[in-house]
Amino acid sequence: MVKLILIELKKVFGRKRSYIGFLVIFVLVSILQAAMWVEGQTFIDMFTQNLQDTFVLEGNLMNGYFISFMLMNSLWVLLPFLVTFVAGDSIAGEAHAGTLRLILTRPVSRVSLITAKYIASVTYTFLIVLFLMILSLGISSLVFGTGDLIVFSKTLNIFPEKEVLPKFLGAFGFAFLGMTLVTTLAFFFSVLTNNSIGPIVSTMAIVLSFTIITNLNLEAFHVIRKLLFTSYINSWTLFFDYTIDWRQIYLSIFVSLMHIAVLFAATLWIFKRKDILS
Amino acid sequence: METTVFIEAQGLVKNYKGIQAVYGLSFTVFKGDIFGFLGPNGAGKSTTIRMILSLIRQDEGDINIFGLPLSRNRKRILSGIGALVEEPRLFEYMSAYGNLELLGRLSGKKISHSRIMDVLALTGLEERWNSPVRSFSHGMKQRLGIAQAIVHDPELLILDEPANGLDPKGMKDMREIIVRLNREFGKTIFISSHILKDIELMANRMLIIDHGAKVVEGNVQELLNAAESNLRITVSEPERAVAVLKEKPETMDLMIDHEGNIVMKANRELVPDINKLLVDNGLKVYSLMPVNSLEQYFLDKT
Repeated sequence: MVKLILIELKKVFGRKRSYIGFLVIFVLVSILQAAMWVEGQTFIDMFTQNLQDTFVLEGNLMNGYFISFMLMNSLWVLLPFLVTFVAGDSIAGEAHAGTLRLILTRPVSRVSLITAKYIASVTYTFLIVLFLMILSLGISSLVFGTGDLIVFSKTLNIFPEKEVLPKFLGAFGFAFLGMTLVTTLAFFFSVLTNNSIGPIVSTMAIVLSFTIITNLNLEAFHVIRKLLFTSYINSWTLFFDYTIDWRQIYLSIFVSLMHIAVLFAATLWIFKRKDILS
Repeated sequence: METTVFIEAQGLVKNYKGIQAVYGLSFTVFKGDIFGFLGPNGAGKSTTIRMILSLIRQDEGDINIFGLPLSRNRKRILSGIGALVEEPRLFEYMSAYGNLELLGRLSGKKISHSRIMDVLALTGLEERWNSPVRSFSHGMKQRLGIAQAIVHDPELLILDEPANGLDPKGMKDMREIIVRLNREFGKTIFISSHILKDIELMANRMLIIDHGAKVVEGNVQELLNAAESNLRITVSEPERAVAVLKEKPETMDLMIDHEGNIVMKANRELVPDINKLLVDNGLKVYSLMPVNSLEQYFLDKT
């Protein structure tokens, strides 16, 4: 199995297109960091304008933590696109290229192959989230320094510097779980078709339409909203509430893991019975 | 020829959405065979090959390979098989060496550097070992397809249209590689092709299928000898020769072609008799040869 995983990782990282996600993150984070370098203080002043009439705000609020929080909010919508490229292509791309039949004429079990491919896709997702974390949190902290974090999450909250890092680790950890769910969904669609565009488009269509329904604050969607995974994968923001709702976080973790388990089991079931005709 | 059975298929049936692709197909491949697998387009050849390689599941029937049921011994059986299914699809962004290394590792055997280089040399690709496959011509990809099939030194090769799309030189090279693999390296080869001349030149046994069912199976030469084939005869006086031949009841469909040769249907066994008859009647026989025998046989049967 380890050999298969290494082979799949070699295939993922042997293709130039796998680096598009990293390049996009690098470019966007760099642009946003440069923009904040130029007019970040003005932005903070506008953000805290009302507070400054009542409170005395001390220290460096335009710091790496603040920028990292902004970047997470801004790029969160983009991450599903980036992770589906690899997961959606994983099986369907090889079926389209004809290399799937090449591999399956070798003494490799279908369960092992699909598991190795899945682990390689999830590893890619992990590295994408880690890369975003290193650039947004690490580089921003080095360039802009650290300090208390001012965020607007339901209410305006200011967290002391010593409390901030665990919040980010929790948030990025949960972001990885959420993106793993999206990866698993793309992987599931990948086993259903023989071209890589289909899984990517299908996954994004579902993520976007579910996100729209989740964010529409209509009573009619109240029940439906609870059934959609998009109501749970955004729970990384809960780490930045004044009081962390751990119950909701555990529920979100449970629901996400259940979705992942069901989707992966379905993928395995289908692939084991699939006729390789491509 | 040894009589160890390598592939035994019994009553294979496969339907695709109500369309019958293979119906009740049974055949046997023996160790050491070059087994030609023939059939018109859509006859069910690729479906059968995919069933043998467990890429698709048969609806009915059994496949035993190396004496083991495929359904319960897939991994063990596939470790002894090398396959090229239709046109070779390889990892285009990798080098020839990289492809063989990766696919060799997947075969479950330890493949050495020297083994990979030997296989590349055998298929005439040693000079391009480090070039990305996307820069290869169709013929080179086809040869690399053979290379990946033999890199793990399997006992049985299953080749689906290996000469497809090759130019005459490429076809000849491919034929030579396949015959070498059989004669020098002792590989048993199951080969499908629509290039009948290739099968006639290489195979010792063959199976012809049509509409998913078996038409005929057996030793190539025995089947051809037993069959009527076209015979082209070049003689000094064609019209008199035709009159002489018409007296012989076994000869039929006699005609003189635009070059003045006699073309007729005749069993190969009759060739010496025909020659004697013509010579005894004072005719000069310049040549007497079967024409497109397998092609004619194939067309007659399908």
